[in-house]
Amino acid sequence: MSAKEVKVYSTPECPWCRRVKKFLEDNAIAYQDFNVAEDSAAREEMISKSQQLAVPTIFIDDEIIVGFNEALLKEKLGL
Amino acid sequence: MRELIIVGGGPAGMTAAVYAARKRIDTLLLSKDIGGQPNLTAGIENYMGYQYIEGFELMQKFEEQVRQFPLEQRIGQDVTALSRLDAGFEVRTDNGESYQAKAVIIATGKRPRPLNVPGEERLRGRGVTYCAICDGPLFAGEKVAVIGGGNSALEAADDMVKIAEHVYLVSLTPFTGDQILIDRAKDASNLTVFLEHEVVAIAGSSRVEGIAIRDLKSGEEKSLEVGGVFIEIGLIPNSELAKGLANLNRLGEIEVNCACESGVPGLFAAGDVTDVPEKQIVVAAGEGAKAALQAHKYLQRL
Repeated sequence: MSAKEVKVYSTPECPWCRRVKKFLEDNAIAYQDFNVAEDSAAREEMISKSQQLAVPTIFIDDEIIVGFNEALLKEKLGL
Repeated sequence: MRELIIVGGGPAGMTAAVYAARKRIDTLLLSKDIGGQPNLTAGIENYMGYQYIEGFELMQKFEEQVRQFPLEQRIGQDVTALSRLDAGFEVRTDNGESYQAKAVIIATGKRPRPLNVPGEERLRGRGVTYCAICDGPLFAGEKVAVIGGGNSALEAADDMVKIAEHVYLVSLTPFTGDQILIDRAKDASNLTVFLEHEVVAIAGSSRVEGIAIRDLKSGEEKSLEVGGVFIEIGLIPNSELAKGLANLNRLGEIEVNCACESGVPGLFAAGDVTDVPEKQIVVAAGEGAKAALQAHKYLQRL
């Protein structure tokens, strides 16, 4: 199975963002984390691609998940 | 048929799970998520044993404790229906599964109350948010509105005056939050307060562009140009499952006696979804323990 590219768009104090990251770490999934509170380029990318103003937003290759949805993450990551 | 199904994975549900497992009750824990409302709380200073702990971290500790026991868990399944059978109950989940048990504990907590105004649902995640702590930083430098007059709204306003260009705080009533938070809000130079105003609509095509508010006294309407709307008007109980089975009070909470019994034999409820006074983590955990022990007694009598 080839590894999927996983990007997490998050803010520092957001509890659901931390849950997403912990879930990925517990499942040994490598991911890139973008702090959209500070990284305005990442914020724009997140908003333009997802049409959402909400964190966490997760890109798994071209699929977009908004919020911490463990079942959906498992499905999209093939866990 | 299993012995017990616990619906909900917050403090009440997880505590009930540990107590049930220790009684070796054949239990299934079903929940949409793990942690519940404390996940959205920053710091907790009144859960005994911890002088300070973040809500998220406390719920991780709860979760680790649940995992110490051989207990069946299905997380990520939202229970959508509960019905009575001859010898127990059946629950159905949003992914089409159904499970049966002799007893059920409902510990489904509460969720943010929506405003129920035009535009709200359509613009959810597009400027309308119910999690200021999560999404606040996305509105840096913009004008935003915070709706509500209680502690959550005042705290959200206090956070947002540091991030946003301007904050409008709109409350249907005079402030109901703590004086210390009201004073802090009044000190901010980039905050405008509209008390006794109702939100009429949220406007915008693909993103929030503004809100319409109405002065309850004069009836005068105003439009405010904002990019974000933070809705902090309290919580409603996730008690839909119990409708038609147990009694709900006027707030929609499940009525229980001091033994967490709903009045329907074998149907128990615990935590914030019930009419037990004081919505606190320590109270919910205690109620969860009681519900599991009462369910154990009930199952033994069968």
